[in-house]
Amino acid sequence: MWEYTDKVWDHFYHPRNAGEVENPDGVGEVGSLACGDALKLTFKLDSDKRIAEAKFQTFGCASAIASSSVLTEMIKGMTLEEASKITNKDIADQLGGLPDQKMHCSVMGMEALEAAIKYYRGEDTSSVSTHTHGHVVCTCFGVTDDDIKRVVLENDLTTVEQVTNYCKAGGGCGGCHGEIEDILESVQKDKVHKTPHKAAHHGKLSNIQKIQLIQQTINEQVRPALRAHGGNIELVDVEGDKVIVAFRGMCAQCPSSEFTMQGVVESKLREYVSEDLVVIESKEHSTE
Amino acid sequence: MEPSKPVKPIYLDNNATTRVADEVFEEIRPYFCELYGNPSSMHLFGGQVGAKVKQARERVAALLGCRPGEVIFTGCGTESDNTAIQGTLAAYPNRRKIITTRVEHPAVLAVCRELENRGYTVVELAVDREGQLDLAELDAELDEETALVTIMYANNETGVIFPIEEIARRVSERGSVFHTDAVQAVGKIPINLAESEIDLLSLSGHKLHAPKGVGVLYVRKGTRLTPFMLGGHQEHGRRAGTENVPGIIGLGKACDLAQAAFDVENKQVKALRDRLETNLMIHCQGAMLNGVKDKRLPNTTNISFEFVEGEAILLMLNQFGVCASSGSACTSGSLEPSHVLRAMGVPFTAAHGSIRFSLSRYTTQEEVDLVVEKLPAIINRLRVLSPFVPK
Repeated sequence: MWEYTDKVWDHFYHPRNAGEVENPDGVGEVGSLACGDALKLTFKLDSDKRIAEAKFQTFGCASAIASSSVLTEMIKGMTLEEASKITNKDIADQLGGLPDQKMHCSVMGMEALEAAIKYYRGEDTSSVSTHTHGHVVCTCFGVTDDDIKRVVLENDLTTVEQVTNYCKAGGGCGGCHGEIEDILESVQKDKVHKTPHKAAHHGKLSNIQKIQLIQQTINEQVRPALRAHGGNIELVDVEGDKVIVAFRGMCAQCPSSEFTMQGVVESKLREYVSEDLVVIESKEHSTE
Repeated sequence: MEPSKPVKPIYLDNNATTRVADEVFEEIRPYFCELYGNPSSMHLFGGQVGAKVKQARERVAALLGCRPGEVIFTGCGTESDNTAIQGTLAAYPNRRKIITTRVEHPAVLAVCRELENRGYTVVELAVDREGQLDLAELDAELDEETALVTIMYANNETGVIFPIEEIARRVSERGSVFHTDAVQAVGKIPINLAESEIDLLSLSGHKLHAPKGVGVLYVRKGTRLTPFMLGGHQEHGRRAGTENVPGIIGLGKACDLAQAAFDVENKQVKALRDRLETNLMIHCQGAMLNGVKDKRLPNTTNISFEFVEGEAILLMLNQFGVCASSGSACTSGSLEPSHVLRAMGVPFTAAHGSIRFSLSRYTTQEEVDLVVEKLPAIINRLRVLSPFVPK
């Protein structure tokens, strides 16, 4: 069972401001049924352009409902200028903290508020709610590099696991973990302790060490992405710097498998094992 | 209300674990402070414990319809599954293929996926919308490469029972080893291994009112299996490690009780499950049943409530002391809903709001009726909060 604070329990069992404001000035919708949580935030301004009324509708767990509920209390009486400064961390703090794996609930609150303010200002709301800015890193949950950079910066994150907890990226097939690591490294610079298995860190490898490292890289960096598309890969043999692999399932018949091999397998193996590796596809060992 | 306030539990999560039966507890009580000898010892003090372990083995064998020598005691169901899978592959080093299903318990699925990483070919059979297998797909996959077929007897989330005897026959005809994870089935439905082609079967004590920390792997006489745990000569060298004596004795007693309770399980428990299910389906908005209605364990029901989220439902039920479980992403700490419901093609709108109730012979009608009284209002309350409910 999750360890929620008393404040979370209170807002979950007694949600404030549930529902929808009539004739709202601002409407923000984020999340989806597929993702497992979603929030619709509506507000109305008074004559001083302060938030007079705010309501929420949430599909989600206790912490999603509590985050939404506490947010409506926080923004009441604020100008939009003030409200736009609220971060996910403020929402979590107001609740006395959230379990690590639930931090994405507070991010959802922040994003809905942002979308609602943009709606009022007549700006394009799709940029926050449907993640169209930047390029999609996590295809499972549709999270872009911009989304990831933002939670990393605002919450001072340093690990892939934290990124998953805060914005879900990397929580599905796991195929984007390498890319998330790169983003972490670029944003946080020396704060990030990169997994020490990058090619540059290896000295001279024995044959057995090299084969194990190749297998490990295929398992962790390549296979998850292929599996997400119904395919698979098997390491057939290693001869010197030649790595012989076979593609299975969907990948075996895929016309772009040459691209897959060049683009993904070889670059990953060169990055993680040795710059000298060449990947060759074994046709005999393909099953289908 | 704070969730920490003690409320008398209404325990409807028996597929997760069960209460230890009073009779079981009484049976094992002397084996901690008085009869604590090691069953392997060469003195009467240990020997008398050995005799009790022997009796437990006979009791388990009686419930399963097998010979006592075919029963290996293990530490848990997961250990039994790991031993069955890895032990078979080690015994058949030239065969590199495993067939399983998409809806197995992680104790099987995680092992198979790790073996895939090590170069084995793993075939995961699909299930249909009702959670049932297509045996033609199994027939098509069976070949000389196949070392092992491992398919669960009954699903822990939906209670759907697979036609295991028929599957075992087909696998045996084609010359592969057949293992079934029967953790949810043993004690709830009768199994007779004497008239079966099952080679290996896993069960777990704490699912049938014995304590946690004891399991069984049934190994049919003549089945090749390389031991998983190495060490002493316990279990005839097939599972090293000093026996969990109280656990084993408790499991023996629990098997005795289960044998006597099949009638209760299939009449009283089933009637209460049906009462719960029928009423919830009628009184809760957006309710849908997951899993085929017949061919199910008598104690399990899995219902989805559209547009609301499972953790929120469970925590609302928790206020009334009701214990159940959910296939929603949030309850697991992962981000995706139950792999079983996804394999069945249950839409995400429903998978996130799925609740499993699993009853036992201790469940009363008052308890079931309390859930029927409280849950419709909880669902309504959460639907009012949900942005997806059509106005």
